[in-house]
Amino acid sequence: MTILVVAEHDNASLKGATLNTVSAAAKLGGDVVILVAGAGAGGAAEAAARVAGVSKVLVADSAVFADQSAENLASQVVEVVKAAGGAISHVLAPATTFGKNVLPRVAAVLDVAQISEIVAIESADTFVRPIYAGNALATVKSADPVKVITVRTTAFEAAGEGGAAAVEQVAAVADSGLSRLTGRELTKSARPELGAAKIIVSGGRGLGSSENYHKVLEPLADKLGAALGASRAAVDAGYVPNDYQVGQTGKIVAPQLYLAVGISGAIQHLAGMKDSKVIVAINKDPEAPIFQVADYGLVADLFEAVPQLTSAV
Amino acid sequence: MRILVPVKRVIDYNVKVRVKADQSGVELANVKMAMNPFDEIAVEEAVRLKEAGTATEVVAVSAGVAQCQETLRTAMAIGADRGILVESTAELQPLAVAKLLKAIVDKEQPRLVILGKQAIDDDSNQTGQMLAALLGWPQATFASKVEVGAERVQVTREIDGGLETLSLPLPAVITTDLRLNEPRYATLPNIMKAKKKPLDTVQPIDLGVDVAPRLTTLKVVEPAARGAGIKVADVAQLIDKLKNEAKV
Repeated sequence: MTILVVAEHDNASLKGATLNTVSAAAKLGGDVVILVAGAGAGGAAEAAARVAGVSKVLVADSAVFADQSAENLASQVVEVVKAAGGAISHVLAPATTFGKNVLPRVAAVLDVAQISEIVAIESADTFVRPIYAGNALATVKSADPVKVITVRTTAFEAAGEGGAAAVEQVAAVADSGLSRLTGRELTKSARPELGAAKIIVSGGRGLGSSENYHKVLEPLADKLGAALGASRAAVDAGYVPNDYQVGQTGKIVAPQLYLAVGISGAIQHLAGMKDSKVIVAINKDPEAPIFQVADYGLVADLFEAVPQLTSAV
Repeated sequence: MRILVPVKRVIDYNVKVRVKADQSGVELANVKMAMNPFDEIAVEEAVRLKEAGTATEVVAVSAGVAQCQETLRTAMAIGADRGILVESTAELQPLAVAKLLKAIVDKEQPRLVILGKQAIDDDSNQTGQMLAALLGWPQATFASKVEVGAERVQVTREIDGGLETLSLPLPAVITTDLRLNEPRYATLPNIMKAKKKPLDTVQPIDLGVDVAPRLTTLKVVEPAARGAGIKVADVAQLIDKLKNEAKV
């Protein structure tokens, strides 16, 4: 039984989400092989070889992966699975926008179902995944010969270092020519990445404006070394870019401490943060649903409470 | 150009779902159903492309029980020209839906298929990608901006670190993110007009598709409830609790 993990990387290094996926793969109990498909991805391949629990790293290095297009990546994964002649029982990728984009394509070509965002593994063919915005947990059993799975990264620890896997080059697929990247605009931030942060300070519509969002929350986040998040309302109102959004349709986070400031706590927002270890809510509305999940709630005007909190920590 | 827009009937997004006592699923009886919000955005985008003169016809398609007709009528009230219902009482999983949609695409020959990025019930986020794979078409998922040209479509996508823009040759598959547009409300006259628009019904067997589920749901349970927390009086007490009780 071989488990193939499709690495998310930026060529130079692995993304953190890949390490969580390796941990999930290790739980299945087989050989864990990482596929690094990139252009000039030597750094990422070396990093993959050092991950604990990995038995082999397959590297497909070619310009056809420069854009990380779903079409070319999916073809490569399918090639690797077919070349293994039935040895690969599972294909895993993180349930990030990367994994969600590529893996269903792989599953369709292999004519198997895909299992999305698993949060637990019961056995090699039985998995637990949230449905209805995290309001129910479904246990599903797959009868397919290859299980194609995306992994909710916050549900599995990151794999450590200490591995010494062999690195093997594999032939890259031909370019599908179906898709061309024409621009990429990444949000630059010195703060920790939202998905991996230990502390998250998140703001909602209660902040009132983009200016207030930055003025009120940034000093607190900086002092705590926290990442900044937002509710959909704050994103739609233009306070912050969309990649700050926490929720069913944004990022799923599970930090040690989640500070919800001026967020009412709609079902869709709770879906993205209710597995946080400690939740603190600051809201002036004592009836806000966020207080039903908050370990510590402070009913107060955020414009007074947050600066007080900032100066006190 | 013809645009195909698949739409799904799901529990209304405001409803607090209840898990059935026998753990077989969630309670769907007497619960308000509506069009999946991401699909409303897909219909709106297709209708805007028609209004802009880019598209000539917008065809809405839904797969599922007979009541999915209502969802198709809603799509037609927003502005879709006609509807196709693939009627089935079976549990339709994304791979089966993608195969049904491929059969419809083969028949209808659209140049663009616009789907929602995920349904808010199964939260799979798979169907669009699977359809693109089965057709051998390019895909642009999580779209927040779509510009259709004569031979290519430019799509801005929401990705984890920000945004990226792809250029795809037509025909192509696009899945919508929430920020693509603000769907319009269907007006009463348009709802009335939608009742007269054509709605065809086909069976999966007519399309030659085996819709048997590949995944078996063993049980559905409620997630562990979070214990109710406490309300603190002021910031000083909050900090004290966080440091001494929660130890963060």
